[in-house]
Amino acid sequence: MRDKVKALPWQELLLPLVAVVLALLVGSVFILYVGENPLKAYGILFTESLGSMRNIATTLQRATPLMFTGLAVAFAFRAGLFNIGAEGQLYIGAFCAVWVGISFNLPRIIHLPLAIFAAMVGGALWASIAGYLKAKLGVHEVINTIMLNFIALFLTDWLVTGPFHGGSWVPETVRISSSAAFTRIYLPTRLTTAVYVAGIAAAAVYIILWKTKRGYELRAVGLNPDAAEYGGINVARNTVIAMAISGALAGLAGAEQILGLHNRFIVRFSSDLGFMGIAVALLGKNHPVGVLLAAVLFGALQAGSAAMDRSTAVPRELITIIQALIIFFVAAEFLIRRMLRLKEDA
Amino acid sequence: MGDILAMLFNTTVFAAAFRMATPLIFAALGGILSERSGVVNIALEGMMLIGSFTAMLVTYLTGMPWVGVLGAMAAGGLIGLIHAVFCVRYRANQVVTGTAINIFAGGLTVFLLRHFFQVAGTSPAVTVIPDITLPILSKIPWIDRILGRQNPLVYLALVAVAVVHVVIYRTTWGLRLRAVGEHPQAADTVGVNVFRMRYIAVVLSGALAGLGGTYLSIAHLSRFSEGMTAGRGFIALAAVIFGKWTPLGALGACLFFGYGDALQMRLQDIGIPTQFMNMLPYVLTMVALAGFIGRAVGPKAAGEPYIKG
Repeated sequence: MRDKVKALPWQELLLPLVAVVLALLVGSVFILYVGENPLKAYGILFTESLGSMRNIATTLQRATPLMFTGLAVAFAFRAGLFNIGAEGQLYIGAFCAVWVGISFNLPRIIHLPLAIFAAMVGGALWASIAGYLKAKLGVHEVINTIMLNFIALFLTDWLVTGPFHGGSWVPETVRISSSAAFTRIYLPTRLTTAVYVAGIAAAAVYIILWKTKRGYELRAVGLNPDAAEYGGINVARNTVIAMAISGALAGLAGAEQILGLHNRFIVRFSSDLGFMGIAVALLGKNHPVGVLLAAVLFGALQAGSAAMDRSTAVPRELITIIQALIIFFVAAEFLIRRMLRLKEDA
Repeated sequence: MGDILAMLFNTTVFAAAFRMATPLIFAALGGILSERSGVVNIALEGMMLIGSFTAMLVTYLTGMPWVGVLGAMAAGGLIGLIHAVFCVRYRANQVVTGTAINIFAGGLTVFLLRHFFQVAGTSPAVTVIPDITLPILSKIPWIDRILGRQNPLVYLALVAVAVVHVVIYRTTWGLRLRAVGEHPQAADTVGVNVFRMRYIAVVLSGALAGLGGTYLSIAHLSRFSEGMTAGRGFIALAAVIFGKWTPLGALGACLFFGYGDALQMRLQDIGIPTQFMNMLPYVLTMVALAGFIGRAVGPKAAGEPYIKG
């Protein structure tokens, strides 16, 4: 089996870069439309996200959940599965984390890892439903993961406004005990040790996919399920495992949001983090290192958007538009290859 | 027990069910056209949202809600065209493009809301399409209390179901559409232009979803608010699947989901959380897909870009 990762031709890097440049160009049309100078707006985005150590820390903090959801989607893609359900797995994971965080009183060395683990298990089980239905009944995972997103959203909505309601007028749980929280590492920003967990997760994804027999099987299924089955690989089993691992990674995003950022479960806290994971995975070419870099780019856009909003007439939603445009252009690889006159199948 | 029956079979609830179902029906018809042509459309949500916003904006600017309706259909159709260009011409993954459209719509509508009105959240109030009384239906006992007086868009949705049904099953165009979605190679061999069929179907799909969004901002309510579709595009998608990709089936599913929606408040009073009712369409769709209530199987070529041989 040809190994795309080790080859990593320059085109693999070029395509995402062109997609980002095109997205920024189209984005500048929106900036011009509201009567601002694109260079000024992008300049502010850049300095406010990467211009100082503090801004870089904020960028990394915004990037952390996207690293997890990006890895989740990328892992599934490698196994030939489209996990559009990271959003729902994130919510279930987040709820498991908050449950452990508020229900137990344990020393930090046990409590935090236990809460993280619970989030992984929650996300894994939730994603496995779609994996199981695909493996046993052949139902496409895209529709089921979409449906599971909404079921997770309303389920956690109900849990947090009902049985686990914190008692205030806000639809949220009580705070987790501090022994379950990630430690902040660059005050006054909210960057926490969760970013290290993201690094570990990326390394783990790399090792699982490219250094283990299981990973070889998963990728074989991803490249050609029929050939894999013929070659003696249990496709059904690998489908469930791939979805479970993908869900566990998305669950980690939920853990980061609860144990690192909010310290409680606020109803519908995720601002499309799961869906942005799709963008991050595609932009990062489904490679762990690419995913981390793409997440940092998206984190930077988000970190700089508030300042751009304050000091120009450009609404901060511009960055949502740019993120969507990046997905369009990454998805239309065919278009970019043609523009650059690259070979059709690199 | 009598109370519960009275609550479940109640003309006020049935009338509300039709209203709740209306945006879903339009979007589901759009979903059917697109998927029948072989293009998966998970962007119904985004197309509806753009439709809601455009309907409000055009009505605000012109003072004429029916012009707002046309604007919303045009805007939805334009988004459909973008979906088609990427999926049909540039062979982009249809689910990825759909996701991009949904994110794009969420960003664009708030971007424009803040640009035009300097507010986030909710637009100013605009003129709505007023309800009308239908001369014949309003004379029939019982029916009159459900469909005698409704918004014109409610009636239009029911007419649209009939039209799409006839077009898909009784016209040559419909036959070609189904052929393109089931077996594009074969359709191409007998001279059907696969690309053109898909372009038309996806643009119509966007226009219909946009029309569905219209109902929310200039009929049901009189303003646009951020993310106001609130997942209705995905419920419409669920209705497409639950209705097995047929207009009449989708109509039934939309009415059923609308009925559940209409009952929400009343069920909450007897202790059933609204969130459980909210989950219902999604749970039922998963059950339907798993084959527990008659296997739901979509068009064969849906999701596959067509590459002319």
